[in-house]
Amino acid sequence: MDRRDIGRFVGMDQAEEEKVFQERVDAEEKIEPKDWMPDKYRKTLIRQISQHAHSEVIGMQPEGNWLTRAPTLHRKAVLLAKVQDEGGHGLYLYSAAETMGVSREEMIDDLHEERAKYASIFNYPTLTWSDIGAIGWLVDSAAIVNQISLQRTSYGPYARAMVRICKEESFHQRQGYNIMMTLMRGSDEQKAMAQDSVNRFWWPVLMMFGPHDSDSVHSAQNMKWKIKRQSNDDLRQKFIDQTVEQANAIGILLPDPDLKWNEERGHYDFGEIDWEEFRRSMSGGGPCSRLRLAHHRQVHEEGEWVREAMRVYENKKRSNQEAA
Amino acid sequence: MTSHTQLYEIFIRSQRGLDHKHVGSLHADDAEQALQYARDVYTRRSEGVSIWAVKSSDIAASQESDCGSFYDPLDDKPYRHASHYDLPDEVKSL
Ligand SMILES: [Fe+2]
Ligand SMILES: [Fe+2]
Ligand SMILES: [Fe+2]
Repeated sequence: MDRRDIGRFVGMDQAEEEKVFQERVDAEEKIEPKDWMPDKYRKTLIRQISQHAHSEVIGMQPEGNWLTRAPTLHRKAVLLAKVQDEGGHGLYLYSAAETMGVSREEMIDDLHEERAKYASIFNYPTLTWSDIGAIGWLVDSAAIVNQISLQRTSYGPYARAMVRICKEESFHQRQGYNIMMTLMRGSDEQKAMAQDSVNRFWWPVLMMFGPHDSDSVHSAQNMKWKIKRQSNDDLRQKFIDQTVEQANAIGILLPDPDLKWNEERGHYDFGEIDWEEFRRSMSGGGPCSRLRLAHHRQVHEEGEWVREAMRVYENKKRSNQEAA
Repeated sequence: MTSHTQLYEIFIRSQRGLDHKHVGSLHADDAEQALQYARDVYTRRSEGVSIWAVKSSDIAASQESDCGSFYDPLDDKPYRHASHYDLPDEVKSL
């Protein structure tokens, strides 16, 4: 039996199955691994969940860059704990994708062959210590806004992975904000360093939410299937609205002259995003994209002896059992 | 007295979207029978929409007596919790 046929409703044709599937989604019921689902739904989710997983894992690199250079033993321990969490998030997500019948090897291969993408924010370098603060505060906050929304995504294993991840993310955001707050209470140089990080990261973070709704290709179908629950623009607005207060509280300026409260809308207005820059960094043109992939490939190759040893051990165990 | 049947651990998903939760165990000849027995024993009041039956012998479990070496290093990392970090009073959401 083909994996896709598991759970196929007896005697139903494709159109009826799709109807039952959509009714289930409309009723806010989760889709579970053994349910029938449209091929396109499965493909879309495999792509989305695996790219989310890759982002968690690739995201360990820019932060890992500061593990040995964090200014105190305490900051090192905190950063190590955070980076370790991100590796865990990658694992939750790879496992959720695997429930759809794709293997870990295929996903890693797609990443290495550049068939799969990851969040372009991780293609920016971490030049100073305060970049670690800016990432924890802004990048993780943006991820949380997106992930809170995805707790209600229609695919059960993905939704549950999001619940687990969101619980861990709030520490990430707070430790980042704490770094920024500490620097903003420090010397002029420390303040300047913190401000410079925000100047560099602010716009790329806004791009994390993806293109405007009007330019977003997959949006309508993904909303109908409830893979996506809120639009890119709505999520971006939510993030901006909550971040302004946090920036003001520690005296950080968000680098957007058009950023101002709009009483009528009940939201902050903000300036236009440089989408040319977004397209460049998505198509592998980000400052560190070569480096990120090369590093991932290298570590994967260096780990080959471990996989080899596991295979040999596995075979040995099996032949011992057969002999016994 | 030994039983020729095998012990199965039973997990029930009470509602779509929730995790399967361990509810107990039972003896059965094979997986299919385990599912049928589980239906009779554990879902008489429609407690579930999905049942998992897993051979008890296939479950690898840590022991509570291992607690020290297993979990001890986790207790001295309060910084893993969001509540460890003070916020300025003005910040309402974070
Ligand atoms: Fe994460
Ligand atoms: Fe994430
Ligand atoms: Fe995170």
